[in-house]
Amino acid sequence: MIEVLPESAGSGTHGGALLEVDDLHVEFRTRAGVAKAVNGVTYSVSAGETLAVLGESGSGKSVTAQTIMGILDMPPGKITGGEIRFRGTDLLKLPEDERRKVRGEGISMIFQDALSALNPVFPVGWQIAEMFRIHRGASRADAKKKAIELMDRVRIPAAKERVSDYPHQFSGGMRQRIMIAMAIALDPEVLIADEPTTALDVTVQAQIMELLAELQRDSNMGLILITHDLGVVADVADKIAVMYGGRIVENAPVHDLYRNPAHPYTKGLLESIPRVDLKGQELYAIKGMPPNLLDMPSGCAFHPRCPYRQETCTTDVPPLHTISGTRGSACHFWREVLDGDAQ
Amino acid sequence: MSEPTATQDLIQGTPEPSAAAVPNSSGKPRSLWYDTWDILKRRKIFWISFVMLIVFLVMAAFPTLFTHKDPEWATLARSMEGPSEDAWFGFDLQGRDVFARTIYGARTSIIVGVLATLGTVVLGGIAGVIAAYQGKWLDSLLSRVGEMFLGVPYVLGAVIILGSVAPVQSNPGKTMIMTVVIIVLAVLGWPVLMRIARSSIIQAKHQDYVQAARALGAGPFRIIFKHLLPNSLAPILVYSTITIGSYIGAEATLSLLGIGLRTPVISWGIAIADHTRYIRTGAHAMFFPAAFLSLCVLTFVMLGEAVRDALDPKLR
Repeated sequence: MIEVLPESAGSGTHGGALLEVDDLHVEFRTRAGVAKAVNGVTYSVSAGETLAVLGESGSGKSVTAQTIMGILDMPPGKITGGEIRFRGTDLLKLPEDERRKVRGEGISMIFQDALSALNPVFPVGWQIAEMFRIHRGASRADAKKKAIELMDRVRIPAAKERVSDYPHQFSGGMRQRIMIAMAIALDPEVLIADEPTTALDVTVQAQIMELLAELQRDSNMGLILITHDLGVVADVADKIAVMYGGRIVENAPVHDLYRNPAHPYTKGLLESIPRVDLKGQELYAIKGMPPNLLDMPSGCAFHPRCPYRQETCTTDVPPLHTISGTRGSACHFWREVLDGDAQ
Repeated sequence: MSEPTATQDLIQGTPEPSAAAVPNSSGKPRSLWYDTWDILKRRKIFWISFVMLIVFLVMAAFPTLFTHKDPEWATLARSMEGPSEDAWFGFDLQGRDVFARTIYGARTSIIVGVLATLGTVVLGGIAGVIAAYQGKWLDSLLSRVGEMFLGVPYVLGAVIILGSVAPVQSNPGKTMIMTVVIIVLAVLGWPVLMRIARSSIIQAKHQDYVQAARALGAGPFRIIFKHLLPNSLAPILVYSTITIGSYIGAEATLSLLGIGLRTPVISWGIAIADHTRYIRTGAHAMFFPAAFLSLCVLTFVMLGEAVRDALDPKLR
């Protein structure tokens, strides 16, 4: 396992982290009111490190990623606070044309649904080759050669024959590979994968995850893996940030989190994974609904669904308590959760 | 990074199932245009309109292939003479050969129709792209300006503009009057195209591949020309084809009213206008240009519909 940097996440500028998101706040102004999608998210990723951002729909994980990339639709979106530092520079303060240079070469992104993320009117090889032609000034022939090399690298069989095929002629897994090829074409230092396997079936999911892990090992890039699937990240992630209601509720090295969650939400997620040894028993589910972003619960956003709920939970927002070096939990009662003496 | 687990080892040993299952039997890449062609070539209506289009285009480009007579040559003695073996379509009021004038009229109509459509596409397309891509107040402004233009009835607008630029009694040159008519048609017609371009670009703008292109560092021009325009071309293309036909009709209408094209330009509209008063005594001088006009309009409308059927999967 690659060594996790000793600093706690987001404690100001530190040399090691490539990309740091610091106390980011994002809102959406809608007709129904202000939806607070991201409420003070802090995380960081270093070279060669894999951070998994875990959370259910509407927890703000994708919005955070879009804000990092600068592709958030504004309006209705609005960044109301925080910093996103890439190599120490705050991206949010950069002018658009300088920011654009960071995209693709510095930070790159792959999307959930590769079919809709590829332009249907151009052959895939052309789309990959374009990255080299535009950013690197390669000739058409060179760019095409490089596109084929990249397609080989992401293990597309018969890349040479398939380079002029269109996106709809590929299967889901192959499309995601092409999307990955485009994203890594310019050797980005950080790759954000927004639910890269959600649209794929289970066997292909594992292949894509393995491909991502392998590419990361080869190029030592920082990888941010956004997912709602605990099973997907267990093998590849170094550390995990669990998001709920636009906040990070738990922050931990991957093994610690799986072994002993420190937040009731994480605990609930882990318990709701089907397990062979509990066959025949009723599957645990977290009761209730995800919070309404237009009308967040007072205090801790998770309190209406929480088995550890106490009086203070309804009034006080829990800060991210530091448990140990790289672990944190935004729960007033993290000690009780860790000991597991509730329920 | 954690060590590869047993699951991953298992997967690495398995051949890719998806690779074999790729539906690529023909071995030929199938682009949107290839698919469209595939559908088009099986449609009778496409071939009929295509052949008619070629005939009209050849007529416009090389009128001498069809007739050796001079369309300007007038023999007043034969004024309003009916069709004969010598002159298939007869003679007009000035004693000019109607067949020759009808053939030569194709060029004017097609030039006016095509250039006015081109102007519409350029004006409306640019406005639509700007409105859709920029959005916000610029979108509202352009949309409202477009609605103002649409609010003016077509013929009324043309009468006002043409009446002041080239009044009925005036005699502007051949090129001048054609340019003015083309500009008037484009200026009054662009808002419809702007709406079409705007709505299909807004649709394309929210697609993931546009977001993906932005995330990979594409600039606004690249996004517009490589992602938005190619993906919203179909409705624009269909509308343009049909518009060529309706502009040819509009040109004839304006000529008929005496405010559009006028002699010395040879056009179907002028021929109809010149002979409306003689419909009972010599209908041939009006009938043949009118028939060619209708056929030409029909050609473009049919072609446009064939293309639309092929491009729009909802109608398949």
